Amino acid sequence: MNSILSVKNLSKHFSNNKLSLTVLDNINFDIMPGESVSIVGASGSGKTTLLGLCAGLDQPSSGEIVLNGTKLNNLNEDERAILRNKDVGFVFQNFQLIPTLTALENVMVPLELQGAKNVRKIASDLLARVGLKDRAKHYPSELSGGEQQRVALARAFCNSPKILFADEPTGNLDDSTGALVENLLFEINRELGTTLILVTHDLELAKKTQRVIRLKGGKILSDEINEGIANDPTLYASTDQV
Amino acid sequence: MNIGWYFKMAWRESRRSRGRLILFASSIILGIAALVAINSFDANLRENIESQSKELLGADLRVFSSKPLLPEQEAIIKSLGESIEAEQSTEVSFASMILFPKTGDTRLVAIRALEGDFPYYGKMSTNPSSAATEFRKKQATVIDKTLMIQFGVEVGDIVKIGALEFEVSGSLLGVPGQTGFGSAVAPAVFIPKRYLEQTGLVQKGSRIENLAYYKVEDSEKLAALIEEVKPQLKKNNLRFTTVQKRKEDVADAFSFANKFLNLVAFLALLLGCIGVASSIHVYIKSKVKTVAVLRCIGMTGWQSFSVFLIQILAMGIIGSILGAILGSSIQMLLPTVFSSFLPVDVVMKISWSSILLGIITGIIVSILFALWPLLSIRNISPLNTLRESDGAKNSFDFLRMGVLVLIGIFIAGFAYFQIRDFKSVLLFCGFLIFSLGILIGISALIIWAVKKFFPSRFPYVLRQGLSNLYRPNNQTLILVTCIGLGTALISTLFFTQDLLISQVEFAGTGNQPNMILFDIQKDQAEELEEMAAGFELPIIQKVPLITMRLNELNGKSIEELSEDPDNDVSRGMLNREARVTFRGEMVESESLTEGEFTGNFEGFEDVPVSIAERYQNLMDLKLGDRLVFDVHGTLISTIVTSIRKVDWTKLQTNFFIIFPLGVLEEAPFTNVLVTRVPNNEVSAKFQQSVVTKFPNVSAVDLSLILKTVEDLLNKVSFVIRFMALFSIITGLLILVGSVIISRYQRVKESVLLRTIGGTRKQILTIYFVEYFILGSLASLSGILLALLACWLLAMYSFKMVFIPGILPIFMIYIVITGLTVLIGMLNSAGILSKSPLEVLRME
Repeated sequence: MNSILSVKNLSKHFSNNKLSLTVLDNINFDIMPGESVSIVGASGSGKTTLLGLCAGLDQPSSGEIVLNGTKLNNLNEDERAILRNKDVGFVFQNFQLIPTLTALENVMVPLELQGAKNVRKIASDLLARVGLKDRAKHYPSELSGGEQQRVALARAFCNSPKILFADEPTGNLDDSTGALVENLLFEINRELGTTLILVTHDLELAKKTQRVIRLKGGKILSDEINEGIANDPTLYASTDQV
Repeated sequence: MNIGWYFKMAWRESRRSRGRLILFASSIILGIAALVAINSFDANLRENIESQSKELLGADLRVFSSKPLLPEQEAIIKSLGESIEAEQSTEVSFASMILFPKTGDTRLVAIRALEGDFPYYGKMSTNPSSAATEFRKKQATVIDKTLMIQFGVEVGDIVKIGALEFEVSGSLLGVPGQTGFGSAVAPAVFIPKRYLEQTGLVQKGSRIENLAYYKVEDSEKLAALIEEVKPQLKKNNLRFTTVQKRKEDVADAFSFANKFLNLVAFLALLLGCIGVASSIHVYIKSKVKTVAVLRCIGMTGWQSFSVFLIQILAMGIIGSILGAILGSSIQMLLPTVFSSFLPVDVVMKISWSSILLGIITGIIVSILFALWPLLSIRNISPLNTLRESDGAKNSFDFLRMGVLVLIGIFIAGFAYFQIRDFKSVLLFCGFLIFSLGILIGISALIIWAVKKFFPSRFPYVLRQGLSNLYRPNNQTLILVTCIGLGTALISTLFFTQDLLISQVEFAGTGNQPNMILFDIQKDQAEELEEMAAGFELPIIQKVPLITMRLNELNGKSIEELSEDPDNDVSRGMLNREARVTFRGEMVESESLTEGEFTGNFEGFEDVPVSIAERYQNLMDLKLGDRLVFDVHGTLISTIVTSIRKVDWTKLQTNFFIIFPLGVLEEAPFTNVLVTRVPNNEVSAKFQQSVVTKFPNVSAVDLSLILKTVEDLLNKVSFVIRFMALFSIITGLLILVGSVIISRYQRVKESVLLRTIGGTRKQILTIYFVEYFILGSLASLSGILLALLACWLLAMYSFKMVFIPGILPIFMIYIVITGLTVLIGMLNSAGILSKSPLEVLRME
């Protein structure tokens, strides 16, 4: 079976006039359709940069990313945007809802961008699915953090993405709300058969994915099928010690 | 995705931002209002000039000469009327003194001795209305209404004009062809022409104008006749004006004024454009996150751009329509504002073409000036959803550069459309670019200097206020540019007016002459000098004045020169009657630049004459050129032997052409006497004595000129200030807008400061420091630019020395800086009145 996401020799450097910083260094992995993968590591290990590159939000300094059969390196910003709209869903740590749109409108936008039909019905059903049917006409500022993240989940799944990228989806939520959002994320993921790529600090959350990629200092420390990494004391060591 | 979705998205997205969008719309409302008002007024004025064209002249044809009529000229005027079966009126017009026996006051007036039923179109408006016909039947007069009020004259009173007394039939409110503006120096006084001779005012050498008015039923016959008699009129030095010519002259005169006013309106619009660019710039910055999310979920750069473009377009349309409505309302006020200058009664109505032009202009400028910041939306990275950054990627963008070029083309193109003169457009655009460059440079200098010389030992609040000038999202550039440009515009208007008035006032100080007596006959001169001595008045100058016409220049006749398209000689000067003097030496206000001044000469051939530089330029002359003058029928040939530089600003008699002694002494000439009266009381008594003894002699008192010039300048400056009001209010709106926009950027830090223990007083002091420095630097930069503009105007346009007054500079600085601080503080007070939690939730 072909991988849905293939990363080969991926590197990312940031530089200004005086300094050059390597954030990701020669990263390689393949992710199969339907797989759920956690990317874990300490702050500054390159998790979010890797997520951004895999989702086509940024361009690598070198290496290759193939998303659902399309080589991202060859696409410009707008072509990558169209690809995201078709195949990718996002959930962010700080929700990233559009403050001027209601909950329902926020969910509708990706479908409207596609020019899809029955947009309102699909979005309403998804809002109902995340338990926010009654909050459809509320603006983000009128919703709690947990509710906002549930709206974000509905928006992420509304275009039936092939792959969902989630960046610390429960990072801004308390434990019980976080657990609720987690459950919803995995439930809908299973229902739709979406590939899930999750960036997190939360090892308990990482345990729920099938595979865990550990990053340290911009390199892959390990890439393994999930079995008891939660107790590994080296995982959150300072990047300086690597 | 259909186009409707973009509109839907633009509408949804604007929900929480409409206040800020309205602020953007308000920037252009006043500029468009000014433009629509001026263009509508112009359209209405042109229409009214067209519909009342005959009333501009009061007749179908006017024939005139600025010399006493020769018998053959009189015959031509008479036969002209008879040949086209026209009704005919004649008039002799000249400046003279009027005496009000009731009070003993005297005043220089324009005597208009009339015979016939003129005006044939429009009416002579008098109070009582019967006076317009009554005065023609007896030894009576109608007098300009301002004189009636000024000297307390009532209907039935007696006034003395020359040797005759006239009963006042009524006050003159208006007469076709004359504006209130035109009669300010010498108000009109109508008398029946049949009494003119008995007044004794018309003597040899008197400066009079003879006019004949014709009313012709058959306009085709008139046109044919004019073509036929044109050479004959020209040959006999008779000039003529038709309704069409008068209409064109009036329209030309107003088109100049209109161009100037349009430029002022355009400046208001330009200020608005800067407001548009600034508010959209900040608006887009506040939308970075939203755009990043939209891009993340699949919206392309152009799609995001389109959503926001629709919002801007909508606001541009709303702003332009509101501006057009406001402008159409304001135009109704303009006839009152311009009343002193209007030659016709202007009936205002809606000018749809002006409204359409205003709306189109508004939409174009909204989009054009919004495009520069708006295009950066395309470059907002979706990565902003994952990491905080300050917005768009800073890469070179050809499209944005293209927009800058388009803005430049638009400004130059629109300025040309308004003033139709390349040189003026170049000057205007050049100074605008220069001003913007200076203001941007000053902003950059402030930012650099504050960073470089940051006073790290100052108290915290001062340091914080100062650092606001250079921190990210600072308002230094936009506030200094907007306030500076607005201040420069308004200050230039103030300083120019002061410059002109101070020049006239200067002439009245010290031992400068302040009274001129003219039309003094040869035999009256000696006696008048004795009279002046009796009043202990010094004779500063006694100058003979003789009128003559140029007949030939370097062997070519005036007709040949007029028709030669290749020569650079001023056509107006060729046909003008020259007023010349003769004397043996140069005076204080003159200096020799070329050749040698000849003081004495005998004979009438090749007389050496001295010409002024200004005349040299107008006539394209050089040393050795030959001029032949017609002096009351005698031809005198002359050679230019010297060229003088003349200080024309001094109140004394200055001349283009000076003859040597020994040539013109026997020709008919009058004298001009220049003196200095110590005060108004002596001036009044002296003038009274002069008028009583020498009714034909006229006196011009400097205080009268000063008052008249002041009156005129006040009227002109009222109009200019009325128009500048648009710029001032637009400038204020931009100021309010910029400050309000900066509020959004300041809220977070205020709240944080308050959360960690900052008091309201400390936070207000921080804002005070920031806005005080911004206001001060912006207003001082604007004043500096205005001083430079006025110095250039004084130097190259008015040829004057510009000494700016400290008080107006100080006042402008205080007002502009005060307003900036006040608006800034009021805005900040709004933030501080809310609890930190409330603000944090809003955020």
